[in-house]
Amino acid sequence: MMVDVQKMEQFAENLAAQEEVKGRSLLADARRRFFHNKAAVVSLIVLSLVVVFSVFGRTIAVWSNEEIDWGILGQIAELGAPNIENGHFFGADQLGRDLYSRVIQGTQVSLMVGVVGALIAVIVGTLYGAIAGYTGGKVDNVMMRFVDIIQSIPYMFVLILLLVVFGRSLFMLFVGIGLISWLDMSRIARGQTLSLKNKEFVEAAIATGVKPLTIILRHIVPNLLGVVVVYATLLVPQMILTESFISFLGLGVQEPNTSWGALINEGAGNMQYGTLWQLVFPMFFFIITLFSFFFIGDGLRDALDPKER
Amino acid sequence: MLSYILRRVAIAIPTLLLLIIISFLLMHAAPGGPFTSERPLPPAVLANIEAKYGLDEPIYVQIINYIGGIITSFDFGPSFKYKDRSVNDIISTGFPVTLTYGFLSFAVAVIVGGALGIAAALKQNSWLDYFAVGISVGAQVLPNFVMAPLLVLVFTLWLGWLPGGGWNGGQWNHLILPVIALSTSYMASIARLTRSSMLEVLHTNFIRTAMAKGLPYRVIVFKHALKPALLPVMSYLGPAFVSMITGSVIIDMYFSTGGIGQSYVNSALNRDYAVMMGITILIGGLTILFNLIVDILYAWVDPKIRY
Amino acid sequence: MKFSKSYLLASVVGTALLSTSAFAAGVHPETGEKLADDQTFTYRVLDEHSSVDPAIVEDVSGSELVRNLFEGLYNQDNLGNLVPGVALSHAVSDDNLTYTFKLRNDAKWSDGKPVTAGDFVYGWQRAADPANASPYAWYMELMSLENAKEVIAGDMEASALGVKALDDHTLEVKLTQPLPYFALMTTHATTFPSPKWAIEAHGTEWTKPGNIVSNGAYQMVKHVPQETVSMERNTNYWDNESTIIDKVEALVINDENVALTRYLAGETDRTETPAGQFPRLLKEYPDQAVVFPRLCSYYYTFNQSASGPEKFQDARVRKALAYAIDRRVITDAVIQGGQFPAYTFTPAVTAGFEVPKVDYAGWSQPERDAKAKELLEAAGYTKDNPLEFDMVYNTSEAHKKVAIAMTQMWKQKLGVEVTLNNMEWKTFLNERRNGNFELARGAWCGDYNEASTFLDLMDTNSGYNDGKFTNAEVDKLLADAKSSAQPQGNYTRIEEIMAAEMPVIPIYHYTNTYMMNAQLKNWPIKNAEQNWYAKNLYKVAK
Repeated sequence: MMVDVQKMEQFAENLAAQEEVKGRSLLADARRRFFHNKAAVVSLIVLSLVVVFSVFGRTIAVWSNEEIDWGILGQIAELGAPNIENGHFFGADQLGRDLYSRVIQGTQVSLMVGVVGALIAVIVGTLYGAIAGYTGGKVDNVMMRFVDIIQSIPYMFVLILLLVVFGRSLFMLFVGIGLISWLDMSRIARGQTLSLKNKEFVEAAIATGVKPLTIILRHIVPNLLGVVVVYATLLVPQMILTESFISFLGLGVQEPNTSWGALINEGAGNMQYGTLWQLVFPMFFFIITLFSFFFIGDGLRDALDPKER
Repeated sequence: MLSYILRRVAIAIPTLLLLIIISFLLMHAAPGGPFTSERPLPPAVLANIEAKYGLDEPIYVQIINYIGGIITSFDFGPSFKYKDRSVNDIISTGFPVTLTYGFLSFAVAVIVGGALGIAAALKQNSWLDYFAVGISVGAQVLPNFVMAPLLVLVFTLWLGWLPGGGWNGGQWNHLILPVIALSTSYMASIARLTRSSMLEVLHTNFIRTAMAKGLPYRVIVFKHALKPALLPVMSYLGPAFVSMITGSVIIDMYFSTGGIGQSYVNSALNRDYAVMMGITILIGGLTILFNLIVDILYAWVDPKIRY
Repeated sequence: MKFSKSYLLASVVGTALLSTSAFAAGVHPETGEKLADDQTFTYRVLDEHSSVDPAIVEDVSGSELVRNLFEGLYNQDNLGNLVPGVALSHAVSDDNLTYTFKLRNDAKWSDGKPVTAGDFVYGWQRAADPANASPYAWYMELMSLENAKEVIAGDMEASALGVKALDDHTLEVKLTQPLPYFALMTTHATTFPSPKWAIEAHGTEWTKPGNIVSNGAYQMVKHVPQETVSMERNTNYWDNESTIIDKVEALVINDENVALTRYLAGETDRTETPAGQFPRLLKEYPDQAVVFPRLCSYYYTFNQSASGPEKFQDARVRKALAYAIDRRVITDAVIQGGQFPAYTFTPAVTAGFEVPKVDYAGWSQPERDAKAKELLEAAGYTKDNPLEFDMVYNTSEAHKKVAIAMTQMWKQKLGVEVTLNNMEWKTFLNERRNGNFELARGAWCGDYNEASTFLDLMDTNSGYNDGKFTNAEVDKLLADAKSSAQPQGNYTRIEEIMAAEMPVIPIYHYTNTYMMNAQLKNWPIKNAEQNWYAKNLYKVAK
């Protein structure tokens, strides 16, 4: 018995030490692995280009994002097509406004929404799920039923009340997004944690008396990252589209400002009316950005996988 | 396990009660009521209507009456908007519809998504992997409000193969477009989650040991790798299944399928309180149920998990 | 494959029918046009109807169904004039307070029972009865029925309502004040009869297919909520012989673009056209795209109440904003549905209403712009001190487009900075009603075809006057017009005051723009209230 315990402790110490060492080399390792992944690197470049475009694209714009080109208003299908000469590089929207400027401005909003939403999900969702799963028992049960409730209450009323009580602002948009983005993530993190906490390295850490919070942060969370990162990239498009629902209720982005969700929605509505560019340009940026996020996510997953050597 | 299930069922009741109370308060706090309209009703008329539906009582009395109605006679109240229908009517006509296309979409998403994900993981970084990832990303980035009108345009107007909407009692040709439109993005998510967690499992020591022992590849994949790889996918599938069978407002809107997805959103927009509450309770109940099922499945996948 | 087969089958059956009954049903009795074999009229509705109970119905799609399922005292012809329904004629007493309707004796319910004056009494009492809590109970009060107010308030029994059956075919109605347009009001769904025995047998479920008993040209055979309503001809209807359309189907299609796609695929015979698409559709399908005026007004209202902003208390500011809007651009380039630029609140199509010549209607747009600049400068707003305010509208593609065009016009012409806010419908209504706005969108459709239905909104005490405009002269003119036989002078004066005070900015008067199957004939495009009856329609052969 005595021997057993001693052996266990020794084993655990070794293991902990090993983890420490690995912890330091892990990042460098991960970076190396990430930059060896071609798809991920290309995606990173594409994403950077999109960001650069959204920041500096405006400098060559001829029209602002709100000016109506009265000359083509009413004849968009005939006169509103993409055209270098009149300055509508991406064509015009149904109201004769410059799509190029609108896409740039929409890109800023939607990138921000997607990234902030995913970040909230990653931070709040992962920690919440890991704590619930690791603690288990009553705490787990109460914490997860809380998630069930939040997920089932009519979200629309929460948004409407936010609008009425606090008024509209970009910050409230993020509050609205943040309220729901982490829910599924917490479930996934908890499920994984339930399984992880029975693994030898966690049991060993427990045996050596490491504090629960430290175990969660040092041992559980790093092992969750693979699935968390992949799921976060799935969340990005969801958040970007949720924004247009929030804006529908009046809480989010208001005209004359716009977002990818709003632009795509408008373009999709008009797709059979000969103004396909209204769908194509916003969709193009939406798609290349999401592709980039996905491949970066996969690259990160592969790079961060603690088991991968 | 049985005692765990019993405990979970026991906590489900206060959870639902809390859900009812929170939703009820939220709903009544939101501006506008079921009878707010462009032309405001004269006070006398409004008073009659509110008296009829018991809306003139203090809010806590309303909540108690509401919960009492459910417990004593399974009565979820009348619709304030659709005057000849009760909430039970609306759910019992709409839910089978969403259940049908939701379940079919779920099956399609799981089978296709799962197969794509597993194939991609087994042949990591091969053309098959890129193809599978490409397909799933493509499906993911095409939002269903783009997909739905596009499908109608192509299959109804241009090709003339399928009806552009309606449910028609769930006839097969009315099912195809809604199922495609609903399943794609879930399929993509499932494929990507499966791929990543499969990869993770394939790189664990115990699979490597199995490989070293010279077990046939197929056996390794399906007997040893698949089960643990399902874990994160299952956490996703629980809520995904609930949201699929409770329908999608986009699907109902574009295809006029008449499911409760649309009733849910409309009832919120119309402030049709009772309908709103009825569907909220349905969604809440299903969410709790399927998360319990997922938890039971966890224990099956990983016998080490104890609650 | 399956489709082509069933199509083949249909055409075989069709030919077979044609050969046996070509003489009887193949030709329109009056015009001599060759009729189509399939007389099914399928139309798109935006939203599921709320009820088909005549005493309760409140929405447009429900009223359309009720007009086909039931029949009231009078119907409207294609021009909106009264034609006999269940009533053949009526007499008015000398004091204009008692109306006596003579009912036809061959009118029957779909179960064969005769339609009696008592069914009308019962229907009207139900509409007013607090126990029934009809959202349209106020219509009984609007008709000035004796004791309507007291019955609705619960101070009197429903039986005290001023409507009586003198015998089975004579209905007597008592009013509290003379109402020149009373008979016109009896084409409204709320005044239709109700079958007491069916309602007592089935309670609130009496309107479901299988339970419902109706007295109109059609009866309901199927209702799938959020999807479809099917009606087939009522063989007991007194004028069933002259009815040509056999079957009417309403399909709920929420999205207007999908609705158009499905129309083009031949799934419906009528659909609304999406905003901005009408000119193109007219060019491509000149025989199917139709446009006609409606009895509705689109406007923005200034908040002049205590909670409103100081800047809108100045009439110069209000007028400058109204002048600077180029309504032609909005109607012809933004909405593009043939709408009419509005300079008065009341639409020109309103029966008996002569559009007054308000000053700014006659100016050219550059003149209006110049005047607007002048007024705004006089009010103290310049480039360095620009006018700024909030503008709110309810979420919708079309409203958004109009609002954006307006703000851009103001910005470019006057340097005015506007913050746009959209809100979900009920939130919007609530905020507007409570005066939490500066400038808000509004729209009004006439309850009946007479100018007072619009101008009453400007009454200080009107429940619909969300901008809280107050003008003693307007109040008096409105009150006088109620009992005047020639109210046009009052209406002209009110519109002139409105042009001078500009409590609201009239933008345009509505039209309906439809895509309508070219085979479908006799649609009442000249009926401004758009009260259509499927029994008057027919489909000609291709």
